[in-house]
Amino acid sequence: MDDKNIILCRCEDLTREAILQCIESGCRTIDEIKRVTRAGMGPCQGRTCRMLIAQELSAYYKVPMEEVLMPTFRPPTKPVSMGVLADACREGGAE
Amino acid sequence: MKKNYEAIVIGGGIVGCAVAFELAKRGLTDILLIEKGYLSSGATGRCGAGIRQQWGSKLNARLALESTHIFEHLEQYTGYGQSCGLQQGGYLLVAYTEKEWAQFQENLKVQQALGIDAKALDLQQAKEIVPFLNTEGMFGATFCEKDGHANPFHCTMAYAQGAARMGAEILTYTEVTGLRTQSGRITGVETAGGDFFGADLVINCANVRAPGLAKLVGEDIPVVSERHQALVTEPVAPLLRSMVMSFHRSFYVQQTPHGSFVMGIGPHEEPSFNTRSSWKFLEKNCAVICETLPLLRKLNVVRQWAGSYDLSPDHIPVIDEAKRAKGFYSVCGFSGHGFMVAPRIAILVANHLTGQTDDLDIRTFSQERYQKGVFLLEPSVV
Repeated sequence: MDDKNIILCRCEDLTREAILQCIESGCRTIDEIKRVTRAGMGPCQGRTCRMLIAQELSAYYKVPMEEVLMPTFRPPTKPVSMGVLADACREGGAE
Repeated sequence: MKKNYEAIVIGGGIVGCAVAFELAKRGLTDILLIEKGYLSSGATGRCGAGIRQQWGSKLNARLALESTHIFEHLEQYTGYGQSCGLQQGGYLLVAYTEKEWAQFQENLKVQQALGIDAKALDLQQAKEIVPFLNTEGMFGATFCEKDGHANPFHCTMAYAQGAARMGAEILTYTEVTGLRTQSGRITGVETAGGDFFGADLVINCANVRAPGLAKLVGEDIPVVSERHQALVTEPVAPLLRSMVMSFHRSFYVQQTPHGSFVMGIGPHEEPSFNTRSSWKFLEKNCAVICETLPLLRKLNVVRQWAGSYDLSPDHIPVIDEAKRAKGFYSVCGFSGHGFMVAPRIAILVANHLTGQTDDLDIRTFSQERYQKGVFLLEPSVV
């Protein structure tokens, strides 16, 4: 398989090429790539693609992986149905 | 990079990017736009993305109407190669109290006088638009088909790239920390990295950070930061073409072209710069929205986030030149609807700064209105 057609974000069906195009057009962080392409916005919330995209940024900008800025980790982490959350509220909810 | 520019814009949200674009379009192309994070990393990228013309105040309705006309062809307008994601499926505003229903009739008069195609619907007609709407407790609804939503990231990028093509420079991950003045005029800005960029014209579009910057030159702007939260679900097949919104229950919900549902509720909080999420919001939001749209109970929430409203006392923007720093303009106080009025506001600001005429009077937006006690109060906000 062509290296560029490797899927980096499975939830949003994004190839490595699409991510590289973003980086080459000036995106410096995972957050910026996310907002333009939806990478990391799917059901897994970037658990798979986050580090793969970080690797691409690290290689392109020649910075160590730990210096690649991580996006904010947003709740609820795993998909939860609105009904479950609505019922929890009716039962008193979180305080 | 250069050290002096004709104009500096602070803030890379939709307002700052649109102002840079409109200035450049009018020939003022020697611009530096400075953004603390990345483009749309603040309020713009966190907003509910709605574009609504069904306002209660004539001023907001007009700003939104004329902005909508630009959103309708923003790609061609800015030369953007991608879609800005506009979907005009209408806003269905539902009334839950008699008083609210009466206010809606007043709002309709304002809207219709401006040529906005909004109308009152009875509950049966509302159900024709959203078949799974629970109309229990509702008095009626109003609907404007030309309302809708667009993608805030792409709209901002469209303006930014358009401005850059005309010559504007964009500096991201750079915070403005100081302002320099001389003899009552602005001379430039200082950044956290210790750089100084000179300009005789500085436009402060920093949203909730705008009052803090204005304070540096002695200007007090009564705009405060208030946290608002939102969430998004997994994508599903098209179910909801229209935004559904209630002021009384304080919620909005829309389905994006991508299939996910974006929604939020608007509890008023104490002013703060807090943009962290709370679990309480997640539960409360789902309870409120599932009551009106029970079908959504089955949808999975995948992510929640928070952003800030730059709240002005009357929910109408503030545009002012600093008295002790001529050439320093603040454009803020959008109160949660900056995204949808940014195109027209940017034109107004750019016309004023380049000496062109505009049929809107920029002085209407001066904060002097608060000292005079002339509040332009917008009755219909979430």
